[in-house]
Amino acid sequence: MDAAPLISIRDLRKSFGAHEVLKGISVDVRAGEVVSVIGASGSGKSTFLRCINVLEMPNAGTMAFGDVTFDFEEGARRRPTARQLRELRTRIGMVFQSYNLWPHMTVLENVIEAPIRVKRQPRAAAIANAEALLARIGLAEKRHAYPSHLSGGQQQRVAIVRALAMQPKLMLFDEVTSALDPELVGEVLSLMAALAAEGMTMLVVTHEIGFAREVSTRTIFFDEGVVAEDGPPREVLRDPRSDRLRQFLKRVLHEHVAEDVAPVPLRTAGEA
Amino acid sequence: MTIAAWWEGFAPYVPGFLSASWLVFVISVLAIVVSWICGLVAALAKSSRFAAFRQASAFYIWFIRGTPTLIQIFIVYFGLPQLGLRMSPFVAGVLALGFNGGAYIAEIVRAGLSAIPKGQMESSAALGMSRFQIMSRIILPQVFRIILPPVTNEAITMLKNTSLLSTITVVELTLYSQTIIATTFRPFEFYIATAVIYLVMTTVLSQFAMRLERHYGRYA
Repeated sequence: MDAAPLISIRDLRKSFGAHEVLKGISVDVRAGEVVSVIGASGSGKSTFLRCINVLEMPNAGTMAFGDVTFDFEEGARRRPTARQLRELRTRIGMVFQSYNLWPHMTVLENVIEAPIRVKRQPRAAAIANAEALLARIGLAEKRHAYPSHLSGGQQQRVAIVRALAMQPKLMLFDEVTSALDPELVGEVLSLMAALAAEGMTMLVVTHEIGFAREVSTRTIFFDEGVVAEDGPPREVLRDPRSDRLRQFLKRVLHEHVAEDVAPVPLRTAGEA
Repeated sequence: MTIAAWWEGFAPYVPGFLSASWLVFVISVLAIVVSWICGLVAALAKSSRFAAFRQASAFYIWFIRGTPTLIQIFIVYFGLPQLGLRMSPFVAGVLALGFNGGAYIAEIVRAGLSAIPKGQMESSAALGMSRFQIMSRIILPQVFRIILPPVTNEAITMLKNTSLLSTITVVELTLYSQTIIATTFRPFEFYIATAVIYLVMTTVLSQFAMRLERHYGRYA
């Protein structure tokens, strides 16, 4: 695992107006790593993810991905051009909290649109590939349905497949289960776990501490725009070095415990 | 009066009504084309990075919506010649109605664009699509479906507004029926007949729009 990193980010900075959201982030991700990114809301973790495929243009810092290196400094010679950004995005898939499927296209049309228009794949090949992917997630018979006729969990799995159809080298997941009803979270997480098992490189911004612990190979804790902790999930989650992470975990886990425990009837005194 | 006698009085004017109706149709189509050009330019200008464009667009929409259509027609036909810009009644009419409709189209298009969630743009960009591809394949088809009902209303308004051009000597349906009535002294029959012709045209238009709406609404 000593190969060169798939993506190498140095001193990434991003401000919205006077508010600095990312205060110099440096992260390397190697191929096959599954990185869970956790942190309180407002800690910058989503902005970090959106800077990687430059949906947000960082204000400073560099990023090396494959054979290209970008320098985001204003006026820098290697600032990405529109064309380079499109090329970058064909190699980085992204899945959003609110699915963002295109409502006027069927499931199949959603999946084949970018491969045909952006990668110039022949239509027949794109369809064959899309149908294989949809069969894998058990939604083959829904291929002619419109997104509005699917459950949230199904829509999110289609959104994942739509990104996979571009055969990306890296997948970004931005709180992809946060908008789902609790009973639909599992189907999306298990698809992500299956992807991880196949060796897909993934950056996963999540509140699902269970997913971070069980599936990810590395956990990064964001706190007020900096990487506060970075290491194997068992170490970072079980044995947090900082008070901030300890407090954060306590808060997050407490919420989950409360949810899990709620339906269980209280035991009467003297039992057990 | 028997039906036969009534028809005898009416029949000589049928060709005239038909050609006047055709003129209404032609003026409406041309004015709608002009209004879409003005409307799209104004909608783009209103979301421009340059303040001057935004202000010009805001002024245009403010002026058009705040003044009577008839006065706008008079300004173009009677007012502009004073500045050396002389036009035939037909051209003046098409332009005046087009400018007028453009302000409303601009607002409709802007509202339609802002109704599309930002995530639609982002998920498309994240797949490497170009701005043009995102607009033409993802955003505009959705906008079109949203704005179809108000755009239909606008087309119907345009068709009815052509009657205002009777005041600047365009012999469309309204002015034609007025001239007949001046010689036949039968305002009731001829104004009813004129109303029915407008009604037929607007009904065909809204039926057509309803069919389109059903076609594009299939994914909802």
